[in-house]
Amino acid sequence: MTEPLLSVQNLRIELNTRDGVAPVIDDFSFDLFPGEAISFVGESGCGKSMTALGIMGLLPDGVGKIASGSINFAGEDLATADDKRLRNIRGNEISMIFQEPMTSLNPVYTIGEQIAEVLRAHQGLSRQASWSKAIELLDAVRIPNPQARVSDYPFQMSGGQRQRVMIAIALACEPKILIADEPTTALDVTVQAQIFDLLNDLRKQTGTAIILITHDMGAVAEMAERMIVMYAGRKVEEGPVQQVIDNAGHPYTQGLISCVPHILEKLTTERQTLQEVPGIVPSLRDFGKDQCLFATRCKYVSEKCNNVRPTEIEFESSQTVACWHTERKQ
Amino acid sequence: MNNEDQYVVKARHPFAEAFEMFSKNIAAVIALIILFLIILVAIFGPTLYPVDPFDMVWMPFSPPGEEGFIFGTDYLGRDLVAMIIHGARVSIIIGVSAAFVTVFIGVSVGAMAGFYRGWVEEVLMRITEFFQVLPTLLFAMVIVALFGASLTMITIAIGAVSWTAVARITRAEFLRIRELEYVTASRASGANNFILMFGIILPNALPPIIVQAALMVGSAILFEAGLSFLGLTDPNVVSWGQVIGSNRSYLLDAGFTVTIPGAAIFITVLCISLVGDGLNDALNPKLRQR
Amino acid sequence: MSSIKTPLLTVENLGVRFPIKSNMFFKQKTYLYAVDDVSFEIQRGETLAIVGESGSGKTTAALATARLVTAYSGNITLDNTDMLQIQKEKLRQARTKVQFIFQDPYSSLNPRLRAEEIVKEPLNSLTKFSSKKKQTLVDELFKAVGLRPEQQRLFPHQFSGGQRQRIGIARALATQPELIICDEPVSALDVAVQAQILNLLRELQSKYELTYLFISHDLGVVQHMCDHIAVMYMGKIVEYADRLSLFNSPLHPYTSALLSAIPSVDKKRRENTKRILIPGDPPDPINPPLGCRFANRCPVAQDICFKEEPLLNQIKSGQKVACHLVDKEAKSPLSNLD
Repeated sequence: MTEPLLSVQNLRIELNTRDGVAPVIDDFSFDLFPGEAISFVGESGCGKSMTALGIMGLLPDGVGKIASGSINFAGEDLATADDKRLRNIRGNEISMIFQEPMTSLNPVYTIGEQIAEVLRAHQGLSRQASWSKAIELLDAVRIPNPQARVSDYPFQMSGGQRQRVMIAIALACEPKILIADEPTTALDVTVQAQIFDLLNDLRKQTGTAIILITHDMGAVAEMAERMIVMYAGRKVEEGPVQQVIDNAGHPYTQGLISCVPHILEKLTTERQTLQEVPGIVPSLRDFGKDQCLFATRCKYVSEKCNNVRPTEIEFESSQTVACWHTERKQ
Repeated sequence: MNNEDQYVVKARHPFAEAFEMFSKNIAAVIALIILFLIILVAIFGPTLYPVDPFDMVWMPFSPPGEEGFIFGTDYLGRDLVAMIIHGARVSIIIGVSAAFVTVFIGVSVGAMAGFYRGWVEEVLMRITEFFQVLPTLLFAMVIVALFGASLTMITIAIGAVSWTAVARITRAEFLRIRELEYVTASRASGANNFILMFGIILPNALPPIIVQAALMVGSAILFEAGLSFLGLTDPNVVSWGQVIGSNRSYLLDAGFTVTIPGAAIFITVLCISLVGDGLNDALNPKLRQR
Repeated sequence: MSSIKTPLLTVENLGVRFPIKSNMFFKQKTYLYAVDDVSFEIQRGETLAIVGESGSGKTTAALATARLVTAYSGNITLDNTDMLQIQKEKLRQARTKVQFIFQDPYSSLNPRLRAEEIVKEPLNSLTKFSSKKKQTLVDELFKAVGLRPEQQRLFPHQFSGGQRQRIGIARALATQPELIICDEPVSALDVAVQAQILNLLRELQSKYELTYLFISHDLGVVQHMCDHIAVMYMGKIVEYADRLSLFNSPLHPYTSALLSAIPSVDKKRRENTKRILIPGDPPDPINPPLGCRFANRCPVAQDICFKEEPLLNQIKSGQKVACHLVDKEAKSPLSNLD
């Protein structure tokens, strides 16, 4: 039984809004083991990006903060770590790549400089050494002709290439964890396939654990071993990816899977019925209430759902669900 | 759509949020109140304090507070209080009218340049640059010297040199907004160019234009003060700059004749700037929380 | 592809180009050909999807069909009206028949207008209906798209993304059009909301007998919504087929690559579909290559592909491909790869 690399316990992140303080992440716990690939799945506003920002210590100042809970990484609690220690960890032991490769790179520096900067800052390499390492990294992320391209500026590269550069920067210091926040949402599907392929290969080579944040169940199926489904700041389901897809315990997970038209192996004249999940996600001011926040959209809703927040119950082996009605089957 | 029923809301114009933000800015609100008082003074002052500013009421250089003259008298023995009150009128009228002329010219030029692009834009932008490069004070002086120093001419002169900033801002906003989908949607709905420019794009381009217009009032007042300090003023009206100008030789002996109108200008323009700043913060979407 | 009925919309040899601005004083010679010799047709009541990645020209083709962008060549015939020649009054009438649904619910609604005013806009510009009639139409439309009457007075920022898209759909329905062009109508929405909107679009299609031109990059959505599909790459149509043919037996290597790239929750599909990775990026759109535009990235490109441009040929009933290597038996050239 290995020790988890990252163990988040009862995390609560609060945001200052016009109507007061709202728990955008509400009592959230999970473990990440070395070399594992997990995914946070959910729609926008469920808090998946906030969790990542919280782990990295990048919550917007004055707007969001970690209110309680712990983030245990390599023996220390990141929730209470000081700025200096967090800066040390960022880009070094835990890295993050973002959704918009167009704006995540600094337009006035060459990509070589941006990769080299990370190497110099965290590993203390010389200018020369960091530049050659940068070329090596560009090769590792499959950018053709890296010696020439290392002096290119971001505007000279396509979206897919820029995302690869982001991956190169993120993996430069061989971090233990890579957090990828919707890394391919802004890219074409053929480029997306290249990026997933690359990430999978790199994970096998370097043993870096990956947290993939996405709303696309297909991407989860391709990339992750375990998934955590989030809704309104809470975990609603967790388990091995294919197991959850085949037999989802939570009505929201079922909804997420069955509401997307999937490309099946063989198409027939029959069209799938898209199961709608009626209603909309609750607004921030309704977060944190002691009830199931999915209740208003759920067809299995009962009295208990409206009055007590569901606890996480073991549904199948290694699959947990936060729902009062897991006993109902299709 | 079941749970959407909980959120019955009432209509809230996009400006409502800006208004709320503005009200939270204490400096801007106080400045607005002071401006409001100045305007009241300008409107009702002469009725409540019916002293002719051109009348000699006492001996020259009577210090403030003596003989019942709160601000004292100037070098010709005229009541400074009356001069300040009448000057307020002039300043506000010129400030607002000049800002109006500026905005009118600037928005027209900027809108056409930003909407039509091509050679129209090139020509209009070269004209804008030409006016931008002109030494403003000298040009205004030339206009006033040629056409006479009436309030109208002064307003036109100030407008003629100040419109370029508004033109640039308007053009930039038009360039940005014309690419947004709701403009294309309006075209698909059959709107013609005129409606697109002034009915659809312009209302959405207003925020930075409003801010600039507010600040224009302040700079117009300063400009007018400068012109009348130099003597290029309508001799039939009293303006603050004129008071400073005519009393400037006596700065060391009777400094109050200069500092009091100076303070009036200072407070007015400062308040306008604070309100302008407040408007900028309120209307600038980047500062708003999502 | 031919049938006894006349199609509602016929587009022939459509071309759209944008001048690359060099210098005001020199005559511009360089153009970017965003849409190059594109032809398609849609039967009444059906849905044609145009799919492609960024830079394929699909959105430009859609905008040109609605005359929101100027085409420099080609014919567009809607219900016997030549869409490209008409002006003024006739154009306004034509606009009532072709309406547009936009992609971004956050920028496709005028933030200063109330929802009811947005839906009324096309009625105000294109019709001479009385106020009463316009209001009745608006009431009906709000109901049809699933919004409540008291929401008519609200402003766009007071709605969610999905609701805003409903307003956009109501606006598109206002003039009772025959053809609605949907430009990525669900791409900017969350998945649960996507399903609501897609179901709504299908419901409205059967209720009002609408014809859709559906632009998308999402093949999953396309497969659910459409009857025929045109795949575009760098301004040209590379494959044009009915739904079953395209998905079950794609012929063009690009189409196969596109289909294989889609991540799938279906385990069987993941295991059985070979992922065809196409390397690199599309060539420079300003100077397209002489031969097939896909040649530099195609896993099976031959000499002829780099020299001669392939034309769109009918391979079998219901499927046209522009590829030199598709043989007479309608086998995909990729089937020769191991």
